[in-house]
Amino acid sequence: MRTIVLDTPVWPGHRAGQHLDVRLTAEDGYRAEREYSIASAPSEPVAITVERLDDGEVSPYLTEELRRGDEIELRGPIGGYFVWDPEDDSPLLLVAGGSGIVPLRAMLRHRRRSESDVPVRLLYSARSLADVIYRAELDEPADGIEVAYTLTREQPPGWTGYARRVDQELLEEIAWPAEDGALAFVCGPTSFVEAVANGLVELGYPPARVKTERFGATGS
Amino acid sequence: MEALDGNAIGGLLLEVFGAEMTAARGVCASCGAAGPVAETVVYLQAPGTVVRCRSCTSVLMVMVDVRGIRCVDLRGVTELEP
Repeated sequence: MRTIVLDTPVWPGHRAGQHLDVRLTAEDGYRAEREYSIASAPSEPVAITVERLDDGEVSPYLTEELRRGDEIELRGPIGGYFVWDPEDDSPLLLVAGGSGIVPLRAMLRHRRRSESDVPVRLLYSARSLADVIYRAELDEPADGIEVAYTLTREQPPGWTGYARRVDQELLEEIAWPAEDGALAFVCGPTSFVEAVANGLVELGYPPARVKTERFGATGS
Repeated sequence: MEALDGNAIGGLLLEVFGAEMTAARGVCASCGAAGPVAETVVYLQAPGTVVRCRSCTSVLMVMVDVRGIRCVDLRGVTELEP
């Protein structure tokens, strides 16, 4: 896992939750393109957090080869649906599976930098404590932010947090009651997102208030 | 192959339509379900990109590059409003 800060000479500014495409072109002209969620707040330099996938075409380069000063081709910012704007003052429910935390982290940083005081609950499902990204900053959340982890595969000795896959009972415990009119953002592997989004609708969240973003494999 | 959602083709749609389309509201020509493009079911290498309705699974859009020409089939959507 590596967080890369990009110096973007031409950048129209982004919104919290958007992503960008990284395009690599090999010497023989072969092109590979991948999208990465932007990990930084709109008022910060653009940053992405990249998880190295062993069979990946782009992530091994970004995590191991890329050096300060190298140039890469970007397209973005992209997306206008999975974005949070502090002008929406509803309570926020953020649910992340694995690296689905990345765009939600941008929202948390945006909340802090825009001095928003909307109450936030974050439920973050990871395989083990070592798989928790941004742990240092999530362990010291700003006022009004509650963070709950669930570690699905391996828990350190003495772990007092949750230790199972996100189920209905866990959602009910963490999520704002439906009558609070919360806005939910759910990001993670496809099956994780479907389970959580369906669970929230079952709890009474209107589907339009449950924004989802699914990405392929990698665990939660 | 694992299904993604319409967020995953934001860049492609930006190229095709010249506008941000993930928040655009689309209407399925088969079942009439309406919703944001971000909520559609997307298969990235089907081959080509295939976008299906989350309600009835009908094909909404297909985008394929053939010998350097991008072919876009929108017959599955009756409305698409950015």
